[in-house]
Amino acid sequence: MLTEAQAWKALAAVPDPEIPVVSVTELGIIREVEAGADGLRVVVTPTYSGCPATEMIASSIEEALLAAGAGRVSIDTRLDPAWTSDWIGSEAREKLRAYGIVPPSGQAAVGGARPLHFVRRSPLACPRCGSTDTTRLSEFGSTACKALYRCRSCLEPFEYFKPI
Amino acid sequence: MSEQTLAAAPGTATPEQLEYLLRLGDNALILGQRLSEWCGHAPVLEEDMALANMALDLVGQARLLLTHAGQSEGRGRDEDQLAFLRVERDYRNVTLVELPNGDFGRSVVRNFLFSAFQVLLYGRLSSSADAGLAAIAAKSLKEARYHMSHAAEWTIRLGDGTAVSHDKAQAALDYLWPYTAELFAASPADDAVAAAGIGPAWSELEAEWEDLVLPVLAEATLTVPARVPFKTYGKFGRHSEHMGHLLATMQYMQRTYPGAQW
Repeated sequence: MLTEAQAWKALAAVPDPEIPVVSVTELGIIREVEAGADGLRVVVTPTYSGCPATEMIASSIEEALLAAGAGRVSIDTRLDPAWTSDWIGSEAREKLRAYGIVPPSGQAAVGGARPLHFVRRSPLACPRCGSTDTTRLSEFGSTACKALYRCRSCLEPFEYFKPI
Repeated sequence: MSEQTLAAAPGTATPEQLEYLLRLGDNALILGQRLSEWCGHAPVLEEDMALANMALDLVGQARLLLTHAGQSEGRGRDEDQLAFLRVERDYRNVTLVELPNGDFGRSVVRNFLFSAFQVLLYGRLSSSADAGLAAIAAKSLKEARYHMSHAAEWTIRLGDGTAVSHDKAQAALDYLWPYTAELFAASPADDAVAAAGIGPAWSELEAEWEDLVLPVLAEATLTVPARVPFKTYGKFGRHSEHMGHLLATMQYMQRTYPGAQW
């Protein structure tokens, strides 16, 4: 049997398959862990509706918990409240930056309307050289959660984890 | 598949509510299918990835919405049965989303016209009396905003671009604009669903939609065509000649290998 604390510890070692530098707990998608008579119940809130990693994440969670000694694992999906990038903690944000992905800026979940045109109030700083002479190449990068940018100083591309 | 806790009490939906849910799911599904056709064919790699990512978002929304519709219906139909095993007349998407992609300009202008509608609709649905639907809408709204922003930027870039890109964007708008009337056409299902507090009658959204869309089209230096009498019936299951071809491609695997899972 695995206690809830042990389960959280095991989950903290499960990487996001697309961005392995952060764990599923750091992303904020694990909402609840409950140890009951018939095993562990884990509540997961998916990031994007079409995120292709969703099923992979569920199987990694199950695998990690079974390997840590859980007898039985069930995974529930919870949509409400919707996942927001605001749930990514400050430590994980620095890990993202060190990995070459600019973490989401500002707060995403508050307020209703968003301006139609995204005019960035302050330009993004390149995660490699720190220059703010950067430009967006595409609103959608290698995954829906990231936009693609380029630094005009060091000429390297980088990604931006979009606030959502 | 992980267990869904969407809370739809099985079999509680009225026929009108089911109709409304299928419209939502089918619009996302069919536009997702159309956008996915761009994969490997977009003019530049960045846009190829953007269109494919938006297709994934839409198909993801369709999965949630159709799962919810199936649960609300209570006849045991799951997302796959609803997406792949219905006949053409049972799809409830508007004609706008099933039209062929055309060139990049037409795809972008359609994405703009439709995602602006989705932003408004999902915004209203996020306070739906149907808690499962509200949760799906609140989540999908975040995605639709990014789709709209992407498409609005491209609409402006193409419309207010070169003479060629302007002409193509204008041709796209001329072609697509009449079909947008269907979004706001009144229907009994809409009225019943609005009365039950589940979602807005789509006609309620027309003025807000124009407020959102017209300034962008103006900035894109595009001329908005006059409204002409135009009737489309996709919402009621009567589709254009393009729909059968789309379904033949989309349903191929399930028709060839019924019940196949991967």
